[in-house]
Amino acid sequence: MDSTCCSKTRNPFTGVEANAVGVQVAGISKSYSGVEVLTNLNFEVQPGEIFVLMGPSGSGKSVLLRLIAGLESPTSGTVTVDGQDPCLEETRDRVRLALVFQAGALFNSLNVYDNLALYPREHRSGDEKSIREKVMHALKILSVEDAVNKFPSELSGGMKKRVSIARALVMEPQLLLYDEPTSELDPVMSATISEIIATLKNEYSVTSIVVTHDRSLALTIANRVGILMDGKLITLGTPEELKATKDPKLIDFLHPKIDLQNPRFKKLETQEPK
Amino acid sequence: MKQINAILEGVGSVVQLLIKSLSYTGSLPRQWGRFIEQCYLIGYTTLPIVAILSFFIGTVLALEAGYAMEDFGAKEFIGSLVGLSMARELGPMMTAVLLAGRVGSAIAAELASMKVYQEIDALTTMNIPAAKILVLPRLAAVLVMMPVLIMIANIVGWFGGSVVARYVSYVGISPEAYFVALRHYTKFKDVINGVEKAEVFGFVVVLVCCDIGLNTRGGPREIGAAVTRAVVVSLILILVLDYFVTKILL
Repeated sequence: MDSTCCSKTRNPFTGVEANAVGVQVAGISKSYSGVEVLTNLNFEVQPGEIFVLMGPSGSGKSVLLRLIAGLESPTSGTVTVDGQDPCLEETRDRVRLALVFQAGALFNSLNVYDNLALYPREHRSGDEKSIREKVMHALKILSVEDAVNKFPSELSGGMKKRVSIARALVMEPQLLLYDEPTSELDPVMSATISEIIATLKNEYSVTSIVVTHDRSLALTIANRVGILMDGKLITLGTPEELKATKDPKLIDFLHPKIDLQNPRFKKLETQEPK
Repeated sequence: MKQINAILEGVGSVVQLLIKSLSYTGSLPRQWGRFIEQCYLIGYTTLPIVAILSFFIGTVLALEAGYAMEDFGAKEFIGSLVGLSMARELGPMMTAVLLAGRVGSAIAAELASMKVYQEIDALTTMNIPAAKILVLPRLAAVLVMMPVLIMIANIVGWFGGSVVARYVSYVGISPEAYFVALRHYTKFKDVINGVEKAEVFGFVVVLVCCDIGLNTRGGPREIGAAVTRAVVVSLILILVLDYFVTKILL
């Protein structure tokens, strides 16, 4: 395991230490209406690790993330977060788990400030002044402090994503799950998100599981990368191991080539407008 | 068999949601803002349409009663008929029907859209139960606002009847005679029975609409389907419950 992983997380806002949490996925399968989307997955995510899940669209990455977040139960097998079932309310009481949704999932009836302040208010973590400080700090990290009084409907896709990440930061999570954190973001903001994920790991030992299509993000920040194809985990290794792979299937996935001599492209070129 | 299973599942889901919501009752004082907002939406915004509808129900009752009672020379009882009908039956039922159409559909649409756009999932990951912040304030608000709506519906309906009694020639009784009969035959117990009925209807409508909204699966199309289902189920429940609650209260 990576030497930077440690057993304690440090709260980014208060500096208070808590146990870092690990995730265990043991023999899980998931089916919808008899169609299996995940098949017998087994892996562990160590406390304080950044674990990146990659795979083509429809390979089951987001479903796996929802199972780890406790939003759904597996058809068979078990998922545990810090040794407990994430679907249980008691587990969520004990482990601060945040999920950055692909579409943001901001509360449309609340402005940006109230979106971020909802968690600390409901869990009574601090007075209104300290909540305001946390919220503004998180918005500043993501460069969206100007949007504090706006409603989600007034934000662009990229801004929604950044506010969503800021909302996750305010939760001071021990386990942070990201579903496509850099989609809809420009390259500069993508780099900022990569830095934030890495900083949360390096300085605060927050365990992170990142689902992404972004190869450069995955290979830059990950301690380990898992690749899902057709619901199966076909490989699991460090970025270095993946870069050195000789498996043609993985090479095709990691370094796709566009063949302009492909008959499909030729056909497009020769098509005349009607 | 499949439909019976679906009905039983629905009942189970509603009961579960009720128990879960009530388990957070202690958090209500801290949700004052949400409670007031729901009182505004359920009470204040429904008030104009309840008043208009009740006025015309009162007028129609007086017209029909005047027409039917003319032959028996019993027109002085128009006030008692309008008074009792509004207080015991039409006030609570028509207000509940309006609540289902106006408030119930809005609740189902809002919660269904929150579910479809993953806002409910976000609440779950934050360990903030939807039953606590989305359902409980609505249930509390409907319990407080229903008696207010019913009282206004009754008063406006009675007034509507008196307008017909005064100005429609073939009814032709004085407002004084109308209100004397109304006061004589409509007891305080009748008004309270109507309020009790309305409380049951309102509570069930809000609970069922919340449950249907929170259990929506799929995409934007299902939001529309959830709203339709919420209104239809609410209307059926109002009519079915009306019989049983009336039987118990009589």
